[in-house]
Amino acid sequence: MDQRWRPTVNERDFIERALQSDLRVDGRRPFDFRRLKILFGREDGSAEVQLGDTRVMGYVTSQLVQPYKDRPNEGTLAIFTEFSPMADPAFEPGRPGESAIELGRVIDRGLRESRAIDTESLCVVAGKHVWSVRVDLHILDNGGNLIDAANIAALAALSTFRRPECTVGGEDGQQVTVHDPEVRDPLPLTIHHLPIAVTFAYFGEGNIMVIDPTYKEEAVMGGRMTATINSNGDVCAIQKAGGEGVMSSVIMQCLRIASVKAADITSKIKNEVNSYTSAKALQKVKRLPASVPKKDSIHAAAMKECTDGALEMQSAKASSDVQKIIKEPPSVVKDNKQEDVEPMLTECNPEVKSESMLSAGESNETQETISPKSLRDAVKPKHKRKKKQPIKS
Amino acid sequence: MEYVNPLTGFRVDGRRPNEMRQLKGEIGVVAKADGSALFEMGNTRVIAAVYGPREVQNKGQQVNSKEALVRCEYRMAEFSTGDRRRKPKGDRRSTEISLVIRQTMEASILTHLMPRSQIDIFVQVLQADGGTRSACINAATLALADAGIPMRDIVTSCSAGYLCSIPLLDLNYIEDSAGGPDVTVGILAKMDKVTLLQMDAKLPMDTFENVMELAIEGCKAIANYIREVLLENTKQLECQRG
Repeated sequence: MDQRWRPTVNERDFIERALQSDLRVDGRRPFDFRRLKILFGREDGSAEVQLGDTRVMGYVTSQLVQPYKDRPNEGTLAIFTEFSPMADPAFEPGRPGESAIELGRVIDRGLRESRAIDTESLCVVAGKHVWSVRVDLHILDNGGNLIDAANIAALAALSTFRRPECTVGGEDGQQVTVHDPEVRDPLPLTIHHLPIAVTFAYFGEGNIMVIDPTYKEEAVMGGRMTATINSNGDVCAIQKAGGEGVMSSVIMQCLRIASVKAADITSKIKNEVNSYTSAKALQKVKRLPASVPKKDSIHAAAMKECTDGALEMQSAKASSDVQKIIKEPPSVVKDNKQEDVEPMLTECNPEVKSESMLSAGESNETQETISPKSLRDAVKPKHKRKKKQPIKS
Repeated sequence: MEYVNPLTGFRVDGRRPNEMRQLKGEIGVVAKADGSALFEMGNTRVIAAVYGPREVQNKGQQVNSKEALVRCEYRMAEFSTGDRRRKPKGDRRSTEISLVIRQTMEASILTHLMPRSQIDIFVQVLQADGGTRSACINAATLALADAGIPMRDIVTSCSAGYLCSIPLLDLNYIEDSAGGPDVTVGILAKMDKVTLLQMDAKLPMDTFENVMELAIEGCKAIANYIREVLLENTKQLECQRG
């Protein structure tokens, strides 16, 4: 039984007539996108996109497989879509329907044929082992314009995905060892550009067009066109599968509008991905247990009084500590082991660094950050300062 | 690999960049069907059969009782490509092309004249040498005209690409699998409106405009040929009637 929602005659008339005066039912202008929100999951490579009412979740996984025979030194990228009935009663569980396959193929063309993801860097042993990246897109809520939302979800998930590092070794150079993420940091994918899908809906004999149709507009529209454009102005893919006929001049106009919108969305995605990655990097810093800060405040107060003595101590230790900064792996800091604090400093961001230094009770270091210039000039040797300088400033 | 010879300007099969392959259209090849056609574009051969308008077989599929239901099935014969195809239909590419052809023909068929009925379009690729999608749409147009189904306009389709910095019309399989851009355009000939537009691989916008214009020119040339074929067919029918 086809459960697709059908618009009433009144709704259809109202939507079409309002569009003739450039008004849309949800109050947007014809070329406005709905509010875009990108959320990231706990793991690398999972993203949820909310575009107005539409919600799509993207999840990226990777696996070592054998490459295709005709492309022995390239990895593979595959897109799978899941149109669950949770999103829309018209979706049937089980085999993907036509619209699900169309969505998967449009996003696949936009990402793979335009070489957005560098597949050659996914090769480990040519002809034997390559990384196969799999993107799963789950439609959680169908509020219209699934293609755009799913595309953004795929891009966001791919931008934050980290694949495990692997090394090739063994006697014949064929054995591949995949390293645990705890042992070696996983690597990001090489993404050359972000192809953004912008969907246009046509009404009224192809004269009126709107961007980002809602569910009701989609039920009433005469035809649709999805243009996948990146911020460099390259057209990566176009999908206009029949429907209302439009003039070629209208199509070029749509492409120009789409490139403007694509630049806008690209910057949004990049901002969100950057803030997520920096938040994740901050999280990696090991925090000390809560009991330490009380001692530190006392230390800090005491240290301020005896600056000279502390500085001399610090300079003597600095030589040995600097070597330790480079070599020692991160370890739990103990109060009495001041050398262990040094490795933390190399990993931290500046803001966090001052916090950690205070909490660690490294009184000498804190003194330095409070008034770096005067101390640096006073204390020798200068070359040891320089190593810490880029980290702190 | 040089797809266009820099000295002579010939392509791999000896054509010029803006030259189309040889066209051949034949009507009435499937006797049982209401309308049928065989269309050839170079080495690509496609056969289309239309059944309809007839009673709706699956009432559950009928969405709109005021319009005819158009169904389309695209399949490639196992022997159509170089290596034997394991899955002739039901794979994702075939499903997508079926959807595309159906929506393209639906834009042209006057469905409101045949409510509560069903029109089936079956397209089978006998030989695949690039541009199967376009050949299928052209064959479907001929078959629909043969079946006497009322249409707004003739729908024709052609593909174009961009290799070695030259826009090329009507790509064959070698040029298609070169990895360059492939633009498929379907137009309503007299109304000069674009119904189908598909593109993959990257192209800067100005180059895309040139390639699309070239493909539209190709579509118009095919429309002229299809009109000739239909006129010839009508004359023959007239003669047979006496």
